Formats: sequence, structure tokens, C-alpha cells
Amino acid sequence: MSLKRASVAVVGVAESDLGQVAPDTTPLDLMAQGTFRALEDCGLKLSDIDGVYCAATQVRMGPMALAEYLGIKPKVFDGTQIGGSSFMSHVAHAQTAIEHGLCEAALIAYGSTQRSVSRAAASPREFNPYESPYRPFMPSSAYAMAASRHMHQYGTTREQLAEVAVAARKWALLNPKAWEKEPLTIEQVLNARMVSYPLTVRDCCLVLDGGGAMILTSAARAKSLKKKPVYVLGTGEALSHASISSMADLTVTAAAESGPRAFGMAGLKPPDVDMVSLYDAFTITPILFLEDLGFCRKGEGGRFVANGAIAPGGKLPVNTSGGGLSYCHPGMYGLLVMIEAVRQVRGECDKRQVTDCEVALAHGNGGVLSSQCTVIFGGPSTV
Amino acid sequence: MTIQDLKQHSPYGIYLEHCRKGELAYQVPAGDGRAVFYPRIAAPGSGITDLQWRVSKGLGTVYATTVVNYKNEPPLNIALIDVDEGFRMMSRVEGIDPMQVRIGMRVKMKMLPGDEKQPPYPVFAPLLPEGEPGFRGA
Repeated sequence: MSLKRASVAVVGVAESDLGQVAPDTTPLDLMAQGTFRALEDCGLKLSDIDGVYCAATQVRMGPMALAEYLGIKPKVFDGTQIGGSSFMSHVAHAQTAIEHGLCEAALIAYGSTQRSVSRAAASPREFNPYESPYRPFMPSSAYAMAASRHMHQYGTTREQLAEVAVAARKWALLNPKAWEKEPLTIEQVLNARMVSYPLTVRDCCLVLDGGGAMILTSAARAKSLKKKPVYVLGTGEALSHASISSMADLTVTAAAESGPRAFGMAGLKPPDVDMVSLYDAFTITPILFLEDLGFCRKGEGGRFVANGAIAPGGKLPVNTSGGGLSYCHPGMYGLLVMIEAVRQVRGECDKRQVTDCEVALAHGNGGVLSSQCTVIFGGPSTV
Repeated sequence: MTIQDLKQHSPYGIYLEHCRKGELAYQVPAGDGRAVFYPRIAAPGSGITDLQWRVSKGLGTVYATTVVNYKNEPPLNIALIDVDEGFRMMSRVEGIDPMQVRIGMRVKMKMLPGDEKQPPYPVFAPLLPEGEPGFRGA
């Protein structure tokens, strides 16, 4: 059983202001800014929105707070909070509502001021009596331990991890909205300040302010709107653990479940995908997801990304925005991961546009490799 | 301890009582050998609520490792340890350069006494060939 392939489409996407915002800007200001830009993007009105999906670490009851700020009373709403992948999950949940006629236009929004208020204030770590005494630097230490396992089991090297950062930077230099503006070498990644071995600060995502919004409608409604619809061909979501000490195998994520679910619903396979948007919280994560989503065999991810394979001009375009590593990462990053995929299918990516991009996969990660959610988008030729 | 006892005892509370005695405790469900950690009211997956507390011999193998350098502090090891009785836990390997901790290293538990801010908690040290933990000095 699954949702219906291409029953809904993304009609509006927009980022809020990114990077560093004015003092006392609130996450809700950013969500609202994204919302109004996304409405402009599709030509719908605020009064058309009848479904609200929202989650943010700084806003305890997202859908409620956002609905209040916008002054709307949604018929359906969902605040699923599973970390950065929440928004991919919101797409699946919005699709469910739209398919059942419970909702006509769903809004997904996010905002964070973690750079302005400090990450510690924006995302205070939850106390865990079995982990906190050991003072892991979270979430970095969890991902660092996953990297340690991958290096031990498969011979993945720090240089291969660095390739992910270098590729992201090359894409970022083609994106005027990217935070990073300077080239990056493997040497610079390896010699940067160590955060949690083997991950240096350049192996870790940016810590910035930012947010955005996405609007979805039924496929039929989408056809009557301004821009080329970007259909949701497949979705899949999976939860595997909450704390890193409960993860069964640190080298296998639940993307191995969410990916096949999404591909199954879409009736597609990895070779059909023209562009991949993979949640790059740390350099190890695209490596794990390329394996678990089926773009290469388990253990081959390090070798796959070597020699610029995922950089501009390489064999597979990954994170063409510059990713969480070089473009923007506002704490929970999944919405921006999807926005880039949607823009690629629309052909709006200018200097970083992938030729004939009809199928784009967006994969989100949450917590400490804890939640994995996949959305496959397709252009008009795919329906 | 059964699920009806939460007014009297909590899973972490009982674990902590064992820590105060220098013991690393875990649970085993009746009719199912698989160790349960972290302690809880029912075994994950099976949902078996008839759980026995056991004390680990304290031997394990390093499963994953990392090192953090907090400002103005010596490097700190954080590791995941596969304890021999069949469960995994986060801990720290002491008595060795944090960067020298290796996946696959055999380790033995030592209970740290804790203080007014931090209850007792278990750490590990490399297991020397003669079976004693490799603590040199404090």
C-alpha cells in the first residue's frame, strides 16, 4: 500500500532570508517570509492555504504558532518533529490529506535563528542519563562515530570524506545564495579545526539562520497555476532509533528502508534519477545515503565520491545548491534540501542547472541518523 | 520490577543503585536471552515486561570511537562499547591516549564514584593481557 504516484505537486517554493538575519528576527518571521514568497511563486493567496505543516526546534508547537502568525485556521495540520527530515515527512502527510480531499493547498514552513541566538540556545540538547555523563559533542560525535565505523569496516578515508565537502563547495560557488564564497581543497578540510575526530569543522554543516516554505496542491489544481508542476512521484519514511547508542549498525541507515519505499511508489530506480539532494549534515552522510539509497553498493560510498564524482562535471550531480556544508544549514535543513530538487526539475538553477533534469530525489536525515525520509520529484514528462 | 512498580522504583533508579555498588547492571527478559540496555519497563521489540536485573562482568569491545577537544580541556574520548553480555552502551575509554582507542580493543569497566553534580557512572579501560584493566595511577 502506498500513496498515489503524482497525486500532488509542488507549486510554490521559497527560501526566507538566509545566513545572518537582523537581531530579534524570530523563526516565525522567517517562516512567514518564506510563506509569502512561496505564495507569490505560485500565485495562490493566503486564504487558499488550508493545511499547515511545521516543525522547528525554537517553536514548541509549530503549526499552531505559524497559523496564529499568518492569521489562518487550517483544516489539517501536522507538527511531526523528527529532526531535519521532518519536512519530507510533512510532504507525505500533506499528500495523504490532499489525496483524501481533506485539504487543497498545504503549506510546509521552517525557520531558525540559530546563528543569531547560538546553536545551544536554538537546540538545547536533551538530557540522556546513559549518554550525557560522557559529554559527547552532539550531534557531531554521533556522526563522527558513524564515520569511525565506516572507515574501520570499509577502508573509507578522511580524504574521501573531504571530497564530499570539496564537491559541495564547487557547487556553492555556482549558487549566488550560498554562504561560502571561496574555493576549498581537500588539504584545507583535513587541516581545519577538529570538532569530533575524524570530523573537522569543514566536515560539518554550516550553523546559520534561515528557513523557507513549500506549497503543494493536487496535481489537477497544479496544472492551472503559474509554473510547471513538480510532481511528488514517491515518498518513503523510516525511523530507526533516537540515540546513537541504540543504532543497530552505524554504517547502515534507515534510508535503506525509506529509499526503496519511495522508489517503489514512483516506479523508478536510482539510474532514473537526474539529480540527488542528500542531507549533508556531515561529510559522512552523503556517503551513507548514496549506499543506502542504492546509488552504489554498501561500503563503496567513499570510493564513489572520490575524484570529483559528485562535483560539477562529475558522474552524479549531488547537492547542487552547495548543500548544508557550503550553501546553508539552518539547524533543520530538509526543506531547503527539497527546494533545490524542485528548482532543478523546474529548470530554475541557472549556472548550476542539471541538463534535462526530470527526476530529482531529495533525502532527509534527522536526529543522529535517526529518521530517514525520501521524496522523489518529477517533471511533466514523468506523469 | 514490573510495570506496576513505577511509583516505587524507576528503571534508571535501579540502574543507579547498582552503579553505587560499583556494578554495571542490565536486564534480561524471561524466556528470551537478549540483554536489554538501556533499562526500561519492557524489552524492546518483544514487549516482555518480566525482566530480571543482572550484573555485567564488565568486559566489552570498542565498537566506535571519537575524540572531542573541549576548550581548555584535555582531549576526551567518547566510545560505543559492545558489552560481552550482549548490549551496547556509550562510555569513555580511559587510561590511554584518547586518540589511541581503537575499534576492536578489549576493555573492562570501572565505576567512577561521581560527586554532588554527577551520580556514579561506568567508564572503561583497555584490558591488559593478564585480565586487569589498564589503569595507570588514578
